[in-house]
Amino acid sequence: MTTELKRITTPLADDVTGSLRAGEKVLLSGFIYTARDAAHKRFIETLDAGGELPFDIKGQVIYYCGPAPAPPGKVMGSCGPTTSSRMDVYAPRLISLGLKGMIGKGKRSEKVRDALREHRAVYLGATGGAGALIARTVVAAEVIAYEDLGPEAVMRLEVKDMPLFVINDVHGKDLYLEGVESYRK
Amino acid sequence: MREIHVDDIVSVVERLFIDANIHLPEMMYGAIRDAIEKERSPVGKEVLRELLTNADTAREERMPICQDTGLAVTFLEIGQDAHVVGGDLTEAVAEGVRRAYRNGYLRKSCCHPFTRKNTGDNTPPIIHTKIVPGDGMRITVLPKGGGSENYGEVRMLMPAEGKEGVRAFVLEMVRKGGPNPCPPIIVGVGIGGNFETSALLSKEALMVPVGKRSDDGELADMERGLLEEINATGIGPQGYGGTVTALDVHIKMAPCHLASLPVAVNIQCHAHRIREAIL
Repeated sequence: MTTELKRITTPLADDVTGSLRAGEKVLLSGFIYTARDAAHKRFIETLDAGGELPFDIKGQVIYYCGPAPAPPGKVMGSCGPTTSSRMDVYAPRLISLGLKGMIGKGKRSEKVRDALREHRAVYLGATGGAGALIARTVVAAEVIAYEDLGPEAVMRLEVKDMPLFVINDVHGKDLYLEGVESYRK
Repeated sequence: MREIHVDDIVSVVERLFIDANIHLPEMMYGAIRDAIEKERSPVGKEVLRELLTNADTAREERMPICQDTGLAVTFLEIGQDAHVVGGDLTEAVAEGVRRAYRNGYLRKSCCHPFTRKNTGDNTPPIIHTKIVPGDGMRITVLPKGGGSENYGEVRMLMPAEGKEGVRAFVLEMVRKGGPNPCPPIIVGVGIGGNFETSALLSKEALMVPVGKRSDDGELADMERGLLEEINATGIGPQGYGGTVTALDVHIKMAPCHLASLPVAVNIQCHAHRIREAIL
């Protein structure tokens, strides 16, 4: 990459999400929250029952990830992204409550992409299968909810310069569509 | 007749699964380095460089390359003159898996299909056995992640669809997967046999070394042609757009019924983890 990398910090403000463009690499620092299939199901059940989410979601970023156990002496085990589309049914509701970013891999549904535009949130890609590389950017990690879900428990991670690509920006651009279009023969 | 003790099987299976998950094979380092040369997209090149850094990091930190350390797929080629002693062979493989996933800090990714409750120790493993001449046992492990496995399919084509039908099916599956199975991918294609043998052939095809062409000239040509077409889809590394979508395509074929043309496509991610040992 020839361009200077942009650094962003959570919680994400609207002017920050608005400045991101599909296709650019960014380095993310601050707190993020892991949640995948089972945790999302509980988030929605909790909201339906009138309860509160285990963390204040406003401005926050959820990482679709079920990490491997941390080896002794390590802060974090291997922790690459899982496929995001399984969370598509839950994501628009969380975005409407103030979620500003999601990190994962793979395409999102039209409803999610619409919600991103409407609420000025972004979808960021972590490199699938780069779990060890990403683990090295995690400086602190703790389980904050749903410990019974094992690798699917909700963890709060403090990351420093986590390498990500902007996939869907707030302007409706989509790296998956435009990137592939540029190289199709 | 030669005796093979189950204790040896347990310890070899444990070592293979830990080793496979932590150390990317040299073959894959080579394949990714080649891909960096071939890739035209700057973003694609950057992703591929991340994969090499990741593999180095996994080695240095002794942690898995990918957090999805997979279901424990195990192939046993058992010599017909070998005699397994000291216990139950299936249980020995399961115990090796149990120990590997516990002692190697690997993620346990096996659950009940409906309740989704985790079995807790990544068992049962998926075991494929083959009886072969000789008195030894070859154990090959292929921890297989869910992201890539989800884009596999078995389809019973009409015999009249022939090679063109196979080609179209493979390309359809690659396009359907897009970024999700973590490209650059390896594509395994099983043709013929019946419903279940085509699936097994597609998995065995993934175990052929990257860069090796089929001994069958016709299949070798199909492999080359498909690889070119897959790389022309533009999907690229991680689906961000690029010219390297697949690292290789392998095809295995067997005779089939007069009325059938079974075809299976099994996709592997770039974190192609494979190890073998001979007892």
